[in-house]
Amino acid sequence: MIKIENLSKKYHSKGNSVLALDEVSLSIEKGEFISIVGPSGSGKTTLLLCMGGLIHPSVGKVNIDGASIYDMGIKERAAFRLRNLGFVFQTFNLIPYLTALENVQIPLSLAGNNNGNQTERATQLLEKLGLGDRLNHKPRELSIGQQQRVAIARALANNPKIILADEPTGNLDPNTTNETVTYLNLLNQTGITVVMVTHNPGVAERAQRTLRLVDGRLAG
Amino acid sequence: MNLRKIILKELLERKKQFLTSFIAILLGVIVIVAVKSVSNSSEKAIAIQLDNLGANILVLPQTTTIDNYFAADINAPEMPEEYVERIANSTIKGVDNMSPKLSARMNIGEHSFVLTGILPKNELASKPIWQTSGFADPGLQAACDPNNIMNTSHGYEDPKLQRKVIDSLGEYDCITGSDVASKLNLKEGSPLEINGTEFKVASILPQTGTVDDGRIFIHLRTAQKILGKKGVINAIEIMGCCSAISEGLLGNLRNILPDTKITTINHIVQTQVETNHTMAKFSVIFLIIIILVGGISIGNYMWSNVEERKKEIGSLLAIGASPKDIYYIFIGKALILGVIGGVTGYVLGTLGGMILGPRIAGVKVLPVPLLFVWAVLIAVGVSVIASYFPARRAAKIDPALILQEI
Ligand SMILES: Nc1ncnc2c1ncn2[C@@H]1O[C@H](COP(=O)(O)OP(=O)(O)OP(=O)(O)O)[C@@H](O)[C@H]1O
Ligand SMILES: [Mg+2]
Repeated sequence: MIKIENLSKKYHSKGNSVLALDEVSLSIEKGEFISIVGPSGSGKTTLLLCMGGLIHPSVGKVNIDGASIYDMGIKERAAFRLRNLGFVFQTFNLIPYLTALENVQIPLSLAGNNNGNQTERATQLLEKLGLGDRLNHKPRELSIGQQQRVAIARALANNPKIILADEPTGNLDPNTTNETVTYLNLLNQTGITVVMVTHNPGVAERAQRTLRLVDGRLAG
Repeated sequence: MNLRKIILKELLERKKQFLTSFIAILLGVIVIVAVKSVSNSSEKAIAIQLDNLGANILVLPQTTTIDNYFAADINAPEMPEEYVERIANSTIKGVDNMSPKLSARMNIGEHSFVLTGILPKNELASKPIWQTSGFADPGLQAACDPNNIMNTSHGYEDPKLQRKVIDSLGEYDCITGSDVASKLNLKEGSPLEINGTEFKVASILPQTGTVDDGRIFIHLRTAQKILGKKGVINAIEIMGCCSAISEGLLGNLRNILPDTKITTINHIVQTQVETNHTMAKFSVIFLIIIILVGGISIGNYMWSNVEERKKEIGSLLAIGASPKDIYYIFIGKALILGVIGGVTGYVLGTLGGMILGPRIAGVKVLPVPLLFVWAVLIAVGVSVIASYFPARRAAKIDPALILQEI
């Protein structure tokens, strides 16, 4: 399902260059729940963004379902993300001036759904996540845990095959952390592939397989 | 939800920040529209009026300006009515018709009108000059050929508006313009009290769109009496034959009326056109100012808006928006700002022109639809061009720079 070959990423900034990923190869099967761990600065976020088609690697290929995503044009890759991938971030990145419902509607709108369908689907998702009574709240009117659930609903909007989560529990208390991971587990059981970066060993353990990155390389 | 809604919601959420740059562009559009609509209307009003005046020479007191004449200022200078006799009794050829006038602005109720005293034709026709000239003379008629350059119109000649020679007018009769009639609710035969004197409305003139709509014509003698200005007038309108004008009629009139200002209508129109050109130059300067100030301020605002929304742009890209979508979000925002600025600027500028026009230029200003197109084009143009680079920058933002939560 996800096949990464010989992936390297070098960042250049102000004369310095940092090798964030160093010849990483791995493959993830359909329906797997993977956690990625490693020290700070080891390249976890970089790997996830490369997997999601958001940053062009310096060398190497990323194949998803047989399609080499960096051989696509920018527009094509955006459309691919829209249909196949859902991102969840540590700080959720909800659009601050839109309500919970509207935030979830954005990917639906980008996929060409009309307003009626958008509202119906977004409401359904938010209700499933226990936010049925928070549809018209802006992010700042929601608790951190609720914001994270809106972000998950947004990632799920277009029925993605893969969820990519970067420290989804990094800002949550133990209770909501537990809830969130449980929810990711449930999603995984419906057949969605989940790749999750985390610093929390307890969270990492709940994945089927853990990949460890050190200095941009996969470690044993 | 769609891109347009995203733009609008963002605009509404952060109103204060774009207000300054919006106001810069709005003010510019308001001034341009106001100046343009006033100059447009004044040029047109004067051309309409002069084309339909039935006269081509104006004799005015030395110190009068043409604006005094049209605005009928209370303090407009006067000259002795005896000047009419002087012309009539002279040997000057080519004066075909003469109409002495005394005008004053006055209030009836809360409305302000221009009271104009005129001499009806039957009281002038007895003068010897009308027996030696006039349209009866075939030679003169040829000289007054309408195709002659001096008689050319400015394109506003309208038989309906043509100010007819008034054949007779009773001592306490009045003829009112259409605005006067509608504001005071007058009909033919209605009584009308002016300065304590009762008049009867003899007829109501059709709407002309000029100062004449706000005029009340009464007999010159009566006007002189109720205004307390016996024996004076403030203008003589003359229909001179064009060949006579080119043969020196103006010089001849100046010889017998040395302390007056004598001009031809064509000259007045030209002066007005020049004034309008000056106004047009001012609006060009303003245009440059809005383009510079408005453009810089919008560009500046957009740039910091992109900066502020980097994270949002990153998450939109992650969700599946393409860089083009991001570009359209910002260009679309500029478009909306421009359209709102252009439309509001046009409305406010037109209102400004309609309020100021009668005060500063003595003309009734009507909305100029063509200016709407220009106002929107200018505002949208400035706003979109100024936002081009910020929008391109937004579209090129590298999600890697923002999504990494280090
Ligand atoms: N945009 C950038 N420009 C230059 N260097 C960068 C950039 N982004 C990341 N880096 C560097 O690349 C390396 C890997 O960064 P990355 O964010 O992938 O690490 P990470 O494993 O996610 O760390 P953390 O656990 O702290 O989130 C780091 O040394 C980082 O400083
Ligand atoms: Mg990271």
